[in-house]
Amino acid sequence: MVVLLFTSLFVGCKSGGSKAPKEDLKLDVPKDNAAVYQDIKQAEKIFNALPSPLESAMLIKSAGARFDETLLNSVSNMNGYVTNKSMALNLGIYTCDLSFASLYEQTQLIIDYMNAAKKMADGLGILKAIEQSTIDKLEENINNSEVIMEIVSETFMNSSSYLEDNGQPAVAAMVLVGGWFEGLYISTQLVDMKDFNGNKLVGRIIDQKLSIDILISLLNSSKGNPAVDELIVQVQKLKVVFDKIKISTSAVRPEFDKTSNTTVLKSEVKTDMTPEVFKELSATVAEIRNTFVKK
Amino acid sequence: MRIFRIIPVLAILIIATTVDGNAQCKAFAKKICLPELGSYTHDGNYHAAILVEGEEAELYKTFYSDMDYRVAICGEDKLPNVEFKILDSNKNVLYSNKDANYAKTWDFKLQSSQQLKLIVKVSAFNKPGDTPASGCVAIMFGFKMKK
Repeated sequence: MVVLLFTSLFVGCKSGGSKAPKEDLKLDVPKDNAAVYQDIKQAEKIFNALPSPLESAMLIKSAGARFDETLLNSVSNMNGYVTNKSMALNLGIYTCDLSFASLYEQTQLIIDYMNAAKKMADGLGILKAIEQSTIDKLEENINNSEVIMEIVSETFMNSSSYLEDNGQPAVAAMVLVGGWFEGLYISTQLVDMKDFNGNKLVGRIIDQKLSIDILISLLNSSKGNPAVDELIVQVQKLKVVFDKIKISTSAVRPEFDKTSNTTVLKSEVKTDMTPEVFKELSATVAEIRNTFVKK
Repeated sequence: MRIFRIIPVLAILIIATTVDGNAQCKAFAKKICLPELGSYTHDGNYHAAILVEGEEAELYKTFYSDMDYRVAICGEDKLPNVEFKILDSNKNVLYSNKDANYAKTWDFKLQSSQQLKLIVKVSAFNKPGDTPASGCVAIMFGFKMKK
């Protein structure tokens, strides 16, 4: 009975999201998003879900952006990452680069970046995240984009679940942060200022403002960890720039589409980002990302 | 003195059960919940927790207008029904699976990108005196580029 009680208490606090403190939970939330977090104290578990590296890469592709290998973090840097922080951030970064290469069918780069991600995962002691058999399967299916996406998704899930389940949520958060920054870095670098107005990729970059509070909440749940505290300072700097972008959305109206058996969430959005704010955002992202990839 | 012999044994049992529970949860997410995404590509993120009946979890995520999404929320068989609701930033309920016979999946797309909130709640069996049921609940997202 005692064992059951203790076990229930321990297990109830683990697995994935963070446990919400019962009292005095402080979140850094801007006024326009405050309503979303109002009931946060009531939940037993909170998950702050950033876009995964695969989703970030997919957003870039869906905006019609071109592929540019020079924007990726070179795999030649991988031996220089020796701290848990740099390996975690670069596991996210290399996974995003791997996803980007996969979506643009860059066969040799896919193998190279999977090996770089494996090196980071092995360095973090993540058992069985990326095994040699996974690399072999990747090579065998190098021209099958569907299988490659499945492998990328599975290896990323293996890493994040291992870290969450083994009491390393701070490392898991840093992996996500690395991937998110890499997606944002690649996006901002791919924008051609001559084609700024009406650029679909600019729209996707503006959308990232919606995730900045989720990112801060995710990091706040591991506050006190020195590596995470450093990241919070950097992310706060980025938030200051994102706060200069205005987004206003009408009420969301769900409408069911019988033909596709899908609900369409209808709403109108107005955004406002000047080229000057974009340049500031782009420079801030590059500055932070460069501290992540620096050996 | 006997207590000093019992505590380490208890600690080992607790740790062993916890690790086993987590591994079980991951296996459940991969084997049972992942297939629910069907033709959608899993985003690779892992959100799973062991919940006791009556417990609630929340998830915050931004969804983009260029994607078609499927959310799959699965609870182990030993749990009662798992209810989930999707809310917008004004706390309006956009979907509740209670209205769809506790369906495990919901397909949706957005006209404009939004940050949404998911509330997942394990119902209660409502049997006073029984030990509350507990089990793994997994939340998974799949996406496709809009055609």
